[in-house]
Amino acid sequence: MAVELVFQKRPKPIQAMLDAFIMIKRSSRHILRNTDQLLGTFFQPIMFLVLFAAVFGGAISKALPEGVSYLNFLMAGIIVQTVAFGSTTTAIAVCNDLQKGIIDRFRSLPMNNLAVLSGHVISDVFRNGISTIVMLLTGLLIGFRSHASVTDWLIIAGILLLFTLAFSWLAAIMGVLAKSVEGVQWMSFVIVFPLTFASSAFVPTEDMNSVLRAFAENQPITQIVEAVRALILGNPIGDYGWLAAAWCIGILIVAVPLASWLFRRQSSR
Amino acid sequence: MTKSDNVIVVKGLKKSYGQNEVLKGVNFTVKRGSMLALLGPNGAGKTTTVRILSTLLAYDSGSVQVEDYDAHQEADKVRRVIGLTGQSAAVDELLTGRENLVMMGQLYRLTKNSAAARAQELLEEFDLVDAADRPAKTYSGGMRRRLDLAVSLIASPPIIFLDEPTTGLDPRSRIAMWDIIKSLMAGGTTILLTTQYLEEADQLADQIVVIDGGKVIAEGTAKELKSKVGKDRLELLFKAEKHYTAACELLSKAIVDSNDKEHSLTLIINDTNKDVKDVLEKLSDKNIPVESIVVHKPTLDDVFLSLTGKQTQTAKVEEQ
Ligand SMILES: Nc1ncnc2c1ncn2[C@@H]1O[C@H](COP(=O)(O)OP(=O)(O)OP(=O)(O)O)[C@@H](O)[C@H]1O
Ligand SMILES: [Mg+2]
Repeated sequence: MAVELVFQKRPKPIQAMLDAFIMIKRSSRHILRNTDQLLGTFFQPIMFLVLFAAVFGGAISKALPEGVSYLNFLMAGIIVQTVAFGSTTTAIAVCNDLQKGIIDRFRSLPMNNLAVLSGHVISDVFRNGISTIVMLLTGLLIGFRSHASVTDWLIIAGILLLFTLAFSWLAAIMGVLAKSVEGVQWMSFVIVFPLTFASSAFVPTEDMNSVLRAFAENQPITQIVEAVRALILGNPIGDYGWLAAAWCIGILIVAVPLASWLFRRQSSR
Repeated sequence: MTKSDNVIVVKGLKKSYGQNEVLKGVNFTVKRGSMLALLGPNGAGKTTTVRILSTLLAYDSGSVQVEDYDAHQEADKVRRVIGLTGQSAAVDELLTGRENLVMMGQLYRLTKNSAAARAQELLEEFDLVDAADRPAKTYSGGMRRRLDLAVSLIASPPIIFLDEPTTGLDPRSRIAMWDIIKSLMAGGTTILLTTQYLEEADQLADQIVVIDGGKVIAEGTAKELKSKVGKDRLELLFKAEKHYTAACELLSKAIVDSNDKEHSLTLIINDTNKDVKDVLEKLSDKNIPVESIVVHKPTLDDVFLSLTGKQTQTAKVEEQ
C-alpha cells in the first residue's frame, strides 16, 4: 500500500461532535441533491402563502382585530405550518437510512451512531431556515409588513429554531418507528395536519366550537404561532413566549433520548 | 500483550429470533492472516453470524471474540479493527463514490488528507476512477459492490468480513472480485467470507466451515472435505442396449446409479487405478465393448449434497 494512513485520537466528546459535523455535511448534501424535495422547499411555502392569503383573506379579515391584515396575521401561522410539515423530511431521511443497509455500515464503524440522527435534524434546521426566509421575502412582495424590531426578530428566530429542533426530533421518532417511507408520510399527515389546522395558525380560535377551541388553545402549535404572531404584529407577547419555549424544551427533553433509544434498538435488530 | 494467533474465536454461539433458533451453537476459529469461508445454503445463518461478529447484533449465549475483544461488550474496540461488506451494498446513494470513501474514512478517524489520498488509491485499484465523482445511485450492481468493498477497506482494517461478496455478479466481475480478495489475502488481511458457491470457497479459502440450519455440519480444508465424501466414481457409457444390460448384470453389486436411456452406469471405486483396470478386464472378458469411461473426483458440490441432503444452486443450474 502506497498511502500512509494517519489516524487521529481525540477525546470522546470532541470525536462525537466531529462525527455530527460529518453527518450534517452528508444530510445537507442529500437535501441539495434531492431536486424534487428542494423545489418543494422553495415553492410549497410560496404557494401556501399566496393561496391562503387570497382564498381566506376576504372571509377571515372580518374576524380579525381592527387594522390587522390577514396576510400579516397569516405569516406566523404559515411559517410554523411549513416547519411542522417540513419535519417529515427528517422522518423520511431517518426511515431511509434504517431501511437501507447503510445503517449497518455506520454501526460497524468506530463512530458515534447518534450522529446519524443529529445530522438529519440539524440539516433540516438549515432547510427550514431557507424556507422561512423565502416565505418572508414573498410576503414582503405581496404586502406583508411587520412592526417587529431587530430584537423581536432575533427572538422569533430563537423560537422557530427551538420549534424546528423539537419537531424534527419528533419526526426522527416517526422515522424510526415507521416501516416504510409511505408509512412516514401517512403518520406525519395524521399527526401534523390536525395539529396545524386545529390551531390559531390560519384562523382566530374564538369562532371554533368549544371542544375544538379548548384543544386548539392549549396545544403547542398555537402557543408558538401566537408568540411569533405577537412579535410580528408588535403586540405584547404575554404568556405565549415562555409557553412556546416550555413546550419546545419539554418536547426535546422527551424526544431526543426517546429517538436515540429507539434508533439504537431498531438498528440493532 | 502479544496478540494471539487466533483472530476470531467463536464458541457455542446461539441466537434466536423469537421462537426461531437461528444459530444453535456454532464454533469456529480463524487464524491470523488466513481466510475462512462460511459455506451454507439460504437461511443457514451466515449473515446472522457475520452480523454478530461485526458487532451489529447481540447474541444470546456462547462467546464471540475478535482480537480478544468481546464482539458485544467491547463493540467499540472491535469496530476499530474490522471492515464489513454486508450482503446488500451499504453505500450512500446520493453521495459520489469518492465522497462515500472520504466520509467513511473520516468516521474511521483518518485525517481528511489521509482519507482523500486513500480514497484515490482505492478508486484506482477498484477501477472506479471514471465514476468517482458520480452519485453512487448511477452505479451498476458490480460497481456498487466494488465501491462497497472499497469503503470497508478505507482504513485498511486487519480483519475483513465479506458476506456473499460475489452473489449477483457476472462471471467476469466475480473473477475480478476474487482477484481483489486474493490480493487482500496476500497483504496479510484476516478474512471471513460467506458464500453459497462451493467453487468460491474452494478457490479462496484456507479453511471451510459448512453450516446448515444454524449448525456446523463439517469443517476442514477443501481437500479434507472432499476426502470425507471420499470415493471416486467411475462412469461407463455403452452404445448398444444389449451391452448396457449385460454390463448391468455383470457389475450389479457395485452399481450406484444407472440411466437406461443414456445407457450409462456409475460405480463407486476405492482404488482408482486397480479398480478401473479390473472393471475393464471383466467387461472385455465377456466381450462387452465400452463406448467411454469417465472417472469423477468428488467436488465440493458432492460434499455439500451428502452433508445437507440438499442440492446447491450451482449444481441445480448445471443440471438444467
Ligand atoms: N431480523 C430477523 N428477524 C427474524 N428472523 C430473522 C431475521 N434475520 C434473519 N432471520 C432468520 O434467520 C435465519 C438465518 O438467516 P440468515 O440471514 O443468517 O441466513 P443466510 O445464511 O445469510 O442466508 P442467505 O444465503 O439467504 O443470505 C433465516 O431463517 C431467517 O429467516
Ligand atoms: Mg445472508
